Amino acid sequence: MKAIVNIFLKEGVLDPQGKAIHHALDAMNFEGVEDVRMGKQIVLKLTSTNEEEARKEVEKMAEEILANTVIEDYTIELV
Amino acid sequence: MKNVAVLQFPGTNCDLDTKYAFEKLGCNTTVIWHKETELPEGTDLVVVPGGFSYGDYLRSGAIAKFSPIMETVIAYANNGGKVLGICNGFQILTEVGLLPGALKRNIGLHFISKFQTLKVVNNSNEFLQKCNKDEVLNIPIAHADGNYYIDEDGYKKLEANEQILVRYCDEHGEPIVVNGSVTSIAGICNSTKNVFGLMPHPERALEDILGSTDGVKMLEGLIA
Repeated sequence: MKAIVNIFLKEGVLDPQGKAIHHALDAMNFEGVEDVRMGKQIVLKLTSTNEEEARKEVEKMAEEILANTVIEDYTIELV
Repeated sequence: MKNVAVLQFPGTNCDLDTKYAFEKLGCNTTVIWHKETELPEGTDLVVVPGGFSYGDYLRSGAIAKFSPIMETVIAYANNGGKVLGICNGFQILTEVGLLPGALKRNIGLHFISKFQTLKVVNNSNEFLQKCNKDEVLNIPIAHADGNYYIDEDGYKKLEANEQILVRYCDEHGEPIVVNGSVTSIAGICNSTKNVFGLMPHPERALEDILGSTDGVKMLEGLIA
């Protein structure tokens, strides 16, 4: 089982990297982009076969190290 | 003679400058490897110096937070011990929760390395006790992730409790945008005023030959 953890700056926290990408897209004449947020994706290969347990464990990892919850939100997807 | 412990993580690069600085100011200074679990007996001040601990992987300061010595430093701080975090050290202290808020990528995305004027916002703490309120200091900055963020409630607490130490400013003391920090904050302390963090490098401003000696009165406050 794999866990895909997506981490983004919280809504309302200015994302300087997303803003720079947005400016670049504008400069390249790509129209219709309202906002850009940049985040990171961490893929964990797990030994667990129990989805519920795995989710709990990955949540703990996200809270303790993968994300800084002062400024970041995360989502966990198990595949 | 005061005893200063300077922490060293893999990737720290200001440890020896910081050691030199405190020795120059007359302290007995020891560099402590991050795998250690104890501070030297009689430590009067712990300094978490600048650099790129663990290559800034994941987030600046994120991985250093799990180094064995940090647990000891947290206990030391919670017991009233004085801790100063400079640059990456400031990032580490926010990651471990000894200081509120977080440091994000600079607003212009560039690594900024230059002398920067700073305004002393509050001197009702040991660190800045030798500086005057509203005094303008000239201290180098060198960082990519110095964009200080704190939510509105947190900011109100910082302000009410005089926890804002310095702000980036122009030569007249007017706040300016350097890296996108909330209200141009460059340094803060905790509510009990024994843990201090700032992005600028006072240890790099101790001698005329380096371009400024304003760092002396900052660091001297902590070892008075």
